[in-house]
Amino acid sequence: EDLRVDGRGCEDYRCAEVETDVVSNTSGSARVKLGETDILVGIKAEMGTPKLEKPDEGFLEFFVDCSSNSPELEGRGGEELGTDIANTLYRVFSCENSVDLKSLCINPKEHCWVLYVDVLLLECGGNIFDAISIAVKAALFNTRIPKVRVLEDEEGTKEIELSDDPYDCIRLNVDEVPCIVTLSKIGYRHVVDATLQEEACSLASLLISVTSKGAITSMKKVGKGSLDPESIFEMMETGQRVGKSLHIALQKILDEEESLGMSRPKVGFLG
Amino acid sequence: APLDSSAPRGGEKHLVAPGDTITTDTGYMRGHGTYVEDDKLIASVAGVVERVNKLVCVRALKARYNGEIGDIVVGRITEVQQKRWKVETNSRLDSVLLLSSINLPGGELRRKSAEDELAMRDYLQEGDLISAEVQSIFSDGAVSLHTRSLKYGKLAQGVLVQVSPSLVKRQKTHFHDLPCGASVILGNNGFIWIYPTPEQKDDEAGGYTANLEPVPLSDREVISRLRNCIVALVTHKMMLFDTSILYCYEASLPHQIKDILKPEVTEEIVLEARQRLLDLEG
Repeated sequence: EDLRVDGRGCEDYRCAEVETDVVSNTSGSARVKLGETDILVGIKAEMGTPKLEKPDEGFLEFFVDCSSNSPELEGRGGEELGTDIANTLYRVFSCENSVDLKSLCINPKEHCWVLYVDVLLLECGGNIFDAISIAVKAALFNTRIPKVRVLEDEEGTKEIELSDDPYDCIRLNVDEVPCIVTLSKIGYRHVVDATLQEEACSLASLLISVTSKGAITSMKKVGKGSLDPESIFEMMETGQRVGKSLHIALQKILDEEESLGMSRPKVGFLG
Repeated sequence: APLDSSAPRGGEKHLVAPGDTITTDTGYMRGHGTYVEDDKLIASVAGVVERVNKLVCVRALKARYNGEIGDIVVGRITEVQQKRWKVETNSRLDSVLLLSSINLPGGELRRKSAEDELAMRDYLQEGDLISAEVQSIFSDGAVSLHTRSLKYGKLAQGVLVQVSPSLVKRQKTHFHDLPCGASVILGNNGFIWIYPTPEQKDDEAGGYTANLEPVPLSDREVISRLRNCIVALVTHKMMLFDTSILYCYEASLPHQIKDILKPEVTEEIVLEARQRLLDLEG
């Protein structure tokens, strides 16, 4: 029987709203409302030095802030949850081809684009990892990095020139960006997109990051309960299936928003 | 006499927001939810202005539950203490359920002895849900409950919905057996319990047996639909009573249960229920 307390099936998501370009002074931003959960992601692209072991690639840095959620998460309380989420995001994006990092390189060994991804947890209503990964993908889709050219003088000093046209920018290809699907085990079944009450009843969950083609890039088990190896296989299959349909739905919304162009009426935080 | 020249007369309510001037007349005493600034009485909470002779106070819309004697509440046991249980009822202080105020299993009527005190945890444990009635109120505002009737007691399988206490309408009875196939307890403290209608009334049990058999799918669907309807009514700040819940349920039948929480469908259902309620009154 496939009936949860709010009438959903085990693989149904709650009503979700996604809006991009909500914060004007970032390179890209997105806001996702999944039921009660509310996430805001802002991406700023800044120039930095590439890492020593990967001199011709740019990189991503994740920061998660949970302090606006409840009084117990203010200040140092939210740090543990924040670092936990940031580490999960690093792991999910550690796969080589999720984001084309070579396109972020300006000058090998000297300059590259660093994308600082800031995640703000506005309200926690269950299933924060899924909502955060959807918001990060939408924000990456929305990111516009200005085009720069490297000019070399006769003496050999390099100068970086920013193009004059403010709309001349490079966009990122988000086809390979994975989304996290959280499967919570309740009793003998597992459910997708658990609410706060369902999370309280579930002893163990599996976080799977799935790309749009169905490839699993990372897996993490959370919770103090144990998972049977067979149920892990079942959960992985469900995660792949659900992840693929999630990507299709998300891409459709992003393309629709894109097609409305600059004249799109923005709802933002007042709607 | 009207408080303010712009206040509505008749049966209408005087609604204020924080910072609104209630009156400029200095003859009134200020009650809860008001303060005086520059010889004006100003509201500090969003709510309805209530006036008793010379005392003006503002009753907030979103507030914790304030107990009244005779109210039905649904609460959760948080602590087991020496001769009483502490019950969480969405009020400022935890409510108290004394050992002398409960019915023993089997319906025995006797004075509770020391053995009963030691066996308290066998009756009610931490985390159990109970339905009870308010017996009295302590001087600090804490509420004392009793379950001295067979209709109160431990609650078994069902769904709990937590809403604001001001949305539950005061009625003669708060236990309703809805014709759609489920029963609902509308606690005055904002806790609403939806459960499958029991087939026969077991009077011998005394309210402690928990029926843990799996609930059939048809009953679960009705309960899920009722739960979503109540959430929809709460989103639109409508008063909750048996007729409004029933009308909302009937308006939601053409939709799937999980679609009821979509904003467009919620609005449609609540509008239809509101229309039928107005037709009923008028």
